[in-house]
Amino acid sequence: MSTVVQPASPADTSRPTSELIRVEEVHKYYELGETRVHALRGVSVTISRGEFVAIMGASGSGKSTFMNLLGCLDRPSSGRYLLENTDVAQLDKKALAAIRNRKLGFVFQGFNLLSRTTALENVELPTLYAQLNKEERLTRAREALRTVGLEDRMDHFPSQLSGGQQQRVAIARSLVNRPSILLADEPTGNLDSRTSVEIMDVFQQLNDQGLTIVLVTHEPDISRFAKRTLLFRDGKIRRDDPVADRPRAGEVLKALPKLED
Amino acid sequence: MDFLSILRVAWRALSRNKLRSSLTMLGVIIGVGAVIAMVGVGQGASQAVQQQISAMGSNVVFVSSGTVNRGGLRLGWGQTKSLVYDDMRAIVRECAAVRAAAPGASSAEQVVFGNDNWFTNVQGTEPQYFDIRDWTLAAGVPFTQPDVEAAANVAVIGNTVRQNLFGAADPVGQTIRIKDLPFRVVGVLNAKGQSAHMGQDQDDVIFVPITTLQKKLTGDTWLRFIVVSAVSRQASYAAQQEITALLRDRHRIRPGQDDDFIVRNLADIAQLADESSRVMTLLLASIAGVSLIVGGIGIMNIMLVSVTERTREIGIRMAIGATEDDVQRQFLTEAVVLSLLGGAVGILFGIGSSLLITRLLGWAVVISPAAIAVAALFSGAVGIFFGFYPARKAARLDPIEALRFE
Repeated sequence: MSTVVQPASPADTSRPTSELIRVEEVHKYYELGETRVHALRGVSVTISRGEFVAIMGASGSGKSTFMNLLGCLDRPSSGRYLLENTDVAQLDKKALAAIRNRKLGFVFQGFNLLSRTTALENVELPTLYAQLNKEERLTRAREALRTVGLEDRMDHFPSQLSGGQQQRVAIARSLVNRPSILLADEPTGNLDSRTSVEIMDVFQQLNDQGLTIVLVTHEPDISRFAKRTLLFRDGKIRRDDPVADRPRAGEVLKALPKLED
Repeated sequence: MDFLSILRVAWRALSRNKLRSSLTMLGVIIGVGAVIAMVGVGQGASQAVQQQISAMGSNVVFVSSGTVNRGGLRLGWGQTKSLVYDDMRAIVRECAAVRAAAPGASSAEQVVFGNDNWFTNVQGTEPQYFDIRDWTLAAGVPFTQPDVEAAANVAVIGNTVRQNLFGAADPVGQTIRIKDLPFRVVGVLNAKGQSAHMGQDQDDVIFVPITTLQKKLTGDTWLRFIVVSAVSRQASYAAQQEITALLRDRHRIRPGQDDDFIVRNLADIAQLADESSRVMTLLLASIAGVSLIVGGIGIMNIMLVSVTERTREIGIRMAIGATEDDVQRQFLTEAVVLSLLGGAVGILFGIGSSLLITRLLGWAVVISPAAIAVAALFSGAVGIFFGFYPARKAARLDPIEALRFE
């Protein structure tokens, strides 16, 4: 496994302009019974280290399919996808699993935590598949939970946590194997607006520390917090704009009234 | 994922549904328990038969006077007068496979000691009889060859006779009366129990010198049987053939004519009994084995349910880096833990029911380590076999689909 997945060298991470993702003319078809769905129709994009990209688009625009490809959960029907200069389309399932484990961090709309499993154990989960020893696993899991500000909730079960806290646990889980890129699929879709901004604050802070983030959202308010937006429509990227006047989520939070109930 | 973590995850998944897990295990518990108890009953029966047979003496060949057809009236074994003392001498002298032989004749007599009396079987024989039949004395000594030559009034009594005539008293040196003749008791035999083939009490007997019996009790010179000891267990077959040939020759039986005697090999009887108890053990074990397989199907069923229920969990695990092998190993481990745990409880259950059978029914039940080992191995194999398909199904899930599963 380690022969396929080269750990990112420290020299690479210090160069924020270096290329992390290169997608060239990617097509994706699905066979749905008799009909053939053309979900992606020639997508090309390059994402560099340290970027914070928001992917926008209506449902059916192909943005979810694109995220699944970026996340190595799926392979393109044609075209190339280079992740840290490795052509992912050529890799087998085992190698893809290793990439998902070491290089990618996932955050989902529905949190997707294991129920009846403590926050700490949920965060520890990816390290189990990374063959780390027990001590290292716990150290990293605690560290990740501290990063998202949940060090005092380690032994809580998901059912004992609020939606925002659950999403923070999910973010901690995505960080625990120190990935090159964090992929978030509608991470604020199940959260109220204040909590959504809180989550975006976490993302901005992580991005400030050098983590590359790709986020799918259909809320323009959320996409403002990113540095760059890609707009998908009919399986193609229609617009690719840098975000002007990017607000700091931390400051937006101060301005928001606290909800008392 | 290291083995310990897999085990922990499996254990947690199983303990989350305690009732379901224990009901699933019940199938394996009953299966394994039944295998151990049934094999135990079968082997116990087999061992009891073997013990009874070896109690008759090792390498023994029985020669008895045969049946005869007198104008259509067939008489039972031992009814003809065809064996004589010289036949026995000839067997010892001429059959190479024969180590020793002792004559036997008997008479049913009323025996009296003091105020007690007892109706029993008085057998005439020679001292080597006790050796051939591996029959040891509890007290005193056997009568001797000079006693036989002198037709002395001496007796060696069986355990049942001792109990009935003497109670707790020491019989050695006492005088009993058989057909109003005084006999001095020189020895008391150890108990031998019931005979294997007819279930009669072998200890209800008095042995006297053959000459004494013939001259003073029956008045004739016929032998009822000759007990032969072959040089080895294997040689008992050769001995059987040699004796048959010799006696046919001595009794002038023409080819095609029936024997007027019968030669029975204890090894044959032992083998037959062994065979039948082995078949019974096999039959019981396979019935029990069927329930083990039913238990395995139960495991497969519950694992399939579990895979469906946990589709989302499988999707999450795959998204964060679990390989197909990881997922497969996890579900397979769960199935094997279920079946091995069931196996372990089943072993205790099997041992418990074996002990219960022994206590309640008085059957000799052998708790064999081999059956336990086989049952444990088999329950593990059941887990692997019936867990494989559900685990494969889990591993083959598409992570995208699995994550979308509600």
